[in-house]
Amino acid sequence: MTKITFVKHDGEKFEVDAENGTSVMNAAVDNLVPGIDADCGGECACATCHVYVDETWFPKTGGTNDAEEAIMSLNPDRQETSRLCCQVPVTDEMEGLVVRLPEFQF
Amino acid sequence: MSVSRDQYNTMMGRDPYSIPLEEYDMNQPEIYQANAQDKYFERLRKEAPVHYCKDSENGPYWSVTRYKDIMEVESNPEIYSSEPTIALADPEEDFDISMFIAMDEPKHGDQRKTVQDIVAPTSLANLEPVIRERIAGILDTLPVNETFNWVDKVSIELTGQMLATLFDFPFEQRRKLTYWSDVATCIPGPGELVETREQGRDILLNECLPAFVELWNQRVNEPPKGDLISMLAHGKETRDMNPMEFMGNLVLLIVGGNDTTRNSLSGGVNFLNENPDQYAKLMADQSLIPKMVPEIIRMQTPLSLMRRTATRDTVLGGQNIKKGDKVAIWFISGNRDEEMIDNPYDFIIDRDRPRQHLSFGFGIHRCMGNRLAEMQLRVTWEEILKRFEKVEVVGKPERAYSVLVRGITDLPVQLRPIAK
Repeated sequence: MTKITFVKHDGEKFEVDAENGTSVMNAAVDNLVPGIDADCGGECACATCHVYVDETWFPKTGGTNDAEEAIMSLNPDRQETSRLCCQVPVTDEMEGLVVRLPEFQF
Repeated sequence: MSVSRDQYNTMMGRDPYSIPLEEYDMNQPEIYQANAQDKYFERLRKEAPVHYCKDSENGPYWSVTRYKDIMEVESNPEIYSSEPTIALADPEEDFDISMFIAMDEPKHGDQRKTVQDIVAPTSLANLEPVIRERIAGILDTLPVNETFNWVDKVSIELTGQMLATLFDFPFEQRRKLTYWSDVATCIPGPGELVETREQGRDILLNECLPAFVELWNQRVNEPPKGDLISMLAHGKETRDMNPMEFMGNLVLLIVGGNDTTRNSLSGGVNFLNENPDQYAKLMADQSLIPKMVPEIIRMQTPLSLMRRTATRDTVLGGQNIKKGDKVAIWFISGNRDEEMIDNPYDFIIDRDRPRQHLSFGFGIHRCMGNRLAEMQLRVTWEEILKRFEKVEVVGKPERAYSVLVRGITDLPVQLRPIAK
């Protein structure tokens, strides 16, 4: 289990224990974290699991892939450390990961 | 003109499981007008999930009918192009209107970004009270305990008002927007809204386009504001559009916000009446509305399909698709795929993961207005439940003669007000 903190745009925090091997998106959905709709179920096809990764953590998430870039590039509110969290697998190295939930997803 | 089906293999009136698979052609509006598509698609999903139709009114095309295969197509836009069009019919040479739904990257993204602010969450939050007020205005003037057509008095009226708001179009002329949308999507024929394609084209070019050009000329000389015309007139990627591109994007935004929402508003009433247990469940717990809304949109599937065109030879579901082939992705079928959706034919207003459906498409072309559509439906149902015990369907619904637009044209209802 790996501890992940989701921080809502208004500062409210949600700490969850995520199972390794699943995705950060799954961890959010399984724990009813608001603002992560994940309409496509993790196929990198709907962009409703957008998160801003805290800068220090960003390198550990492994960087964006092409499909993710394509769909996130349509979003004017994307940031340098944006990820679609269905594309971020949970690993041991992520213990303590902090991601922020963008206001546009509420 | 109405096509003689003798030319192709008529599907209607034949048992879906007796027709040889090579004779299958789902590009026939009669099927959808009779609401008879389910069994045909069920067989295709089981026996020929990626199916080739050798000839149809719009030439040969592939049908992709399983949820997962549709996702694969939607996730690979560089193989499955949205150009030159997303309809099975090819564009006419002398009327090649151009819209971003039918463009690939980078142009699609550039143009889409110009207008998508109007459906951004902050815009939606501002729109919600306006929508609520307009819906309340419509519902409060409806006759009670007497029969009327829900489609005309509510679904069309409401979507017309919404479009007028989004475009900041002269409010009293809002039915023109509905009319142009219908002209753009109807199948021409005797007794239909337009008799020929040429007539439809003339209406769009000589009525719709000049009206919007006038608004454009007004807005371009004013400071930018939050309506769609102003956004297009001031947007870096759209301000130099040629008239056919302007026309195309107008039609896209009008049709996108019109038929789809209209038919989901009508469809919801119909599904609840067909499923009295679900209606009772809703009346007992109105907090289910936000979950019911995506279920309505799944069941209705307002657009049955999108067409893609293969940019190179490829393989899908074991079938060899050739460069240039038309590929129909049938949302109406994927939304009934037993493999992905439990009891897919049942209308269940409190499903788990109700947004797992294909009605908005997926990938880079995913419906831009999806959250606006959901909001309109949610607010409408909230306002309906404040006023009426039941919106009772009292006659047979009539359905649209169309493959693309899964529409309801007549829905006779009577309203039962809440006893005071």
